[in-house]
Amino acid sequence: MSQHEQEDMRSQLDEATERRVHHSVPGHSDHGPLHHHTPLHPSDEGYPAEVLAKMQADAADLISRYPQKRSALLPLLHLVQSIDGYITGRGVQFCAEQLDLSTAEVSGVATFYTQYKRHPNGEYTVGVCTNTLCAVMGGDQIFDEVSDHLGIGHDETTEDGSITLERVECNAACDYAPVVMVNWEFFDDQTPDSTKKLVDDLRDGKDVVPTRGASKVCSFKQVSRVLAGFTDGRADEGVGAGPASLEGVKVAAKNGWTAPAAPTTSDDEGAEK
Amino acid sequence: MSTELTPILSKFWDHPQSWTLETYEANDGYKALRKALDQPAADLVDMAKGSGLRGRGGAGFPTGLKWGFLPPPDGGPRYLVINADESEPGTCKDVPLMMAAPHFLIEGMIITSYAIGCEHAFIYVRGEVVHVYRRLMKAVEEAYAAGYLGKDIMGTGLNLDITVHSGAGAYICGEETALLDSLEGRRGQPRLKPPFPAVAGLYARPTVVNNVESIASVPPIVLNGKDWFTGMGTEKSQGFGFFSLSGHVTRPGQYEAPLGITLRELLDMAGGIREGHQLKFWTPGGSSTPIFTDEHLDVPLDFDSVAAAGSMLGTRALQIFDETTSVVRAVSRWTDFYAHESCGKCTPCREGTFWLKQIMERLEAGRGSQDDIDKLVDICDNILGRSFCALGDGATSPITSAVQYFREEFEAGMHTPASELFPPQRSTLFAKETLSA
Repeated sequence: MSQHEQEDMRSQLDEATERRVHHSVPGHSDHGPLHHHTPLHPSDEGYPAEVLAKMQADAADLISRYPQKRSALLPLLHLVQSIDGYITGRGVQFCAEQLDLSTAEVSGVATFYTQYKRHPNGEYTVGVCTNTLCAVMGGDQIFDEVSDHLGIGHDETTEDGSITLERVECNAACDYAPVVMVNWEFFDDQTPDSTKKLVDDLRDGKDVVPTRGASKVCSFKQVSRVLAGFTDGRADEGVGAGPASLEGVKVAAKNGWTAPAAPTTSDDEGAEK
Repeated sequence: MSTELTPILSKFWDHPQSWTLETYEANDGYKALRKALDQPAADLVDMAKGSGLRGRGGAGFPTGLKWGFLPPPDGGPRYLVINADESEPGTCKDVPLMMAAPHFLIEGMIITSYAIGCEHAFIYVRGEVVHVYRRLMKAVEEAYAAGYLGKDIMGTGLNLDITVHSGAGAYICGEETALLDSLEGRRGQPRLKPPFPAVAGLYARPTVVNNVESIASVPPIVLNGKDWFTGMGTEKSQGFGFFSLSGHVTRPGQYEAPLGITLRELLDMAGGIREGHQLKFWTPGGSSTPIFTDEHLDVPLDFDSVAAAGSMLGTRALQIFDETTSVVRAVSRWTDFYAHESCGKCTPCREGTFWLKQIMERLEAGRGSQDDIDKLVDICDNILGRSFCALGDGATSPITSAVQYFREEFEAGMHTPASELFPPQRSTLFAKETLSA
């Protein structure tokens, strides 16, 4: 770990302590817009030459996918996280150089999006959905129990660096509530016990299998590389649809319901008037 | 006669390899493309208009009309951008569609690109669903390998590239102009309209932004004809769509049905409200649509009927809550969401959602003051119609509708915490056996 990262970790710890105190104020939740974040530090230390060469090649590939190169900024920030595990100062510098932007422009974008981390992330982000529907169905209780179990709050990381716990917003799986995401893979129909076992397995280094997703949860850095735009060959793993996605199909099959047939016409080519 | 389900996009989701090109082609996949390429592009725009297809992303704007708004070709690029940033609370249809059958979207994009004269199309998918991203990348790869994408598609001289782009966690990027800014590598903040994207969209070029489900519906419409599509649904809300049931319902899930089906019919199919409980309130189309109650079980879920009853069809995201649920708690959490996701560009939304959040927190904790309800309604009145984009409007919907139907629960928030009136454990799915009383 570089000196810079150590410093960053330390400031993160201080911040976490501060936040816990802050949150002990009755009625104050950590769900608000006033996030308290570690600033993006400029790094003194650049990337090692061979890492940089690979990143430059990847960046060139990403930039070539867009008519204007600035469009590659979000992918490049995911790429930085795939190397550094969060958005580092050197990563901001790298993006700025690749895209002819200022570091301020890159930081301005990086700080807008919640998936870009401002401090070292755990190997696994465990995100408990606490938007209304999941919260009511049990997400709040899951978050509270897992938080107690791990001894960390929202946007905090376990001391061993394995897990960052988050409250996440609606992740488009409401028919599987309560939902937990691990590194952006779906864990459907969770309970406090199932989620505690999940985090224990992750900390024990066991392979953990999403409900709908790849055949195992990959690390934060690996997933960041996929999100940057580089496939990992896992698209064919896992199910096509989970049980809730198929409820309508099952009801239709049971009742013999199908979509109406196309109106009959003399020939296929003439079907459109 | 009661409404029947119409599995079209979900028809073969139960196939063990439903997402592959092979499965898609075995289910009429890419036949519509062949048929489309045999027609003049302008006929496809007319077909889309004639089908009555309205945008499936929430606003319900007629899809064909959107295509038709593009100015005449000037030799420069024109873009198609798919809004796959599905993030509206309760909405969970595009993600399973892209995971189970991504080729519907890819084929729809190729047809649409031909119709509007686009040679580079984009899918902006939210970053928080990595497996969906994998499936989309794979589907695009397969389509290139099969000659459906790239140069000289199927010998027609048409060219099309598709770039799959991952967002990074921002609800506001579902707003089409914020999405375009984000796709250009900027903070995802909405743009002032006009100019509309049709005139100056991505890179200030003519651009069509359409929802996943809208474009995935294009191949079946092309294949079966617009009359087939207009034969389903109601007079002004034609065709089919996903109805996503979630919450306190026996079998939550995706139910693909003609527009105009009712919640009562859907609940019948889904096994009703969870056993021993009754419907209290629900959203017809996500958290940004005013809530409904058990009075609205028979409202036809089409654009006009839902609007006439005081809400919006939105994304057909039916979040169902039973009598154990505190309305104040539910609304308070949605308000947290809007405050968290407000992009900060305009004052009414940035400040207003933050004020609303503080008042909702007080009410939920049972520490509300006499004038809090009036203040909530007043702030909502000052956000609605005065913010830069629909996020601000959406933030007011749950509050004003909940006050309208459940004012007494807000009044109780002046003295009693919501958690006392409605113990949260009773609402959870897993604690019911310990609290049978």
